[in-house]
Amino acid sequence: MAFAVEEKQGLQVILLDGEVDLSRSPDARKVILKCLKKKYNVLVDLSAVDYIDSSGVASLVEGFQYARANNLDFGLVGVSDAAMSVLRLARLDQVFPVYASLEERLAEDA
Amino acid sequence: MRSSEELFFLSFSARPTRLKLLRCVLRDAADMAGLDSDTADAVVLAANEACMNIMQHGYAMDPDGRIELRVTREPGALVLQLRDYARSVDAGKVRSRDLDDIRPGGLGVYFIDSLMDECGFLAPPAGGGNLFQMKKFIAG
Repeated sequence: MAFAVEEKQGLQVILLDGEVDLSRSPDARKVILKCLKKKYNVLVDLSAVDYIDSSGVASLVEGFQYARANNLDFGLVGVSDAAMSVLRLARLDQVFPVYASLEERLAEDA
Repeated sequence: MRSSEELFFLSFSARPTRLKLLRCVLRDAADMAGLDSDTADAVVLAANEACMNIMQHGYAMDPDGRIELRVTREPGALVLQLRDYARSVDAGKVRSRDLDDIRPGGLGVYFIDSLMDECGFLAPPAGGGNLFQMKKFIAG
């Protein structure tokens, strides 16, 4: 199942959901890189993620690194408890820009 | 009293879509063993990562590979044994990576080491392949 993408005030918001494991992380990686390669700033919404493993985390890291190398913004929003516990385990919760809400992220551009 | 009790044995193909089944069955076993929610989450993630390593590195994503998982409750520990039929792993080359080196991939071994109390390869089984064992210590 593909992941939804919404445009919000010039930002591409990618909605990851359900279980982001090795069977779905290639799709997550694809959609994240596709948006970044179109030169969009990207926000990945993790509020509906029930489970994420290291392959899903790797797709986020790859997006983060691509964005940084190309002067684009990349952040996470509404990180679910399940996703946050895995990001903390990988000590990535302090690496990714993390926002509580879309409004909080948009306020940065205001 | 028996010294150990087999909770389940699962044999499945090395398809990423089978990971969901693995996690579901393993969560049941964790319940049977009386693990709390956080400990169950840790065991499920560690087993998922170990199976992913077999799929990606052992079988190079060949879905025809076979993985067998045996879960046993021993006094004081939940024991998971993963058997594959891939080429033998050089255990010395399987290392957790430095988390300060931020890059995609390489987190699986770190997760397993962090989440489980003991893990390592056992003697290669007859017939080839690898046998990887992980233990989570539990009360009682």
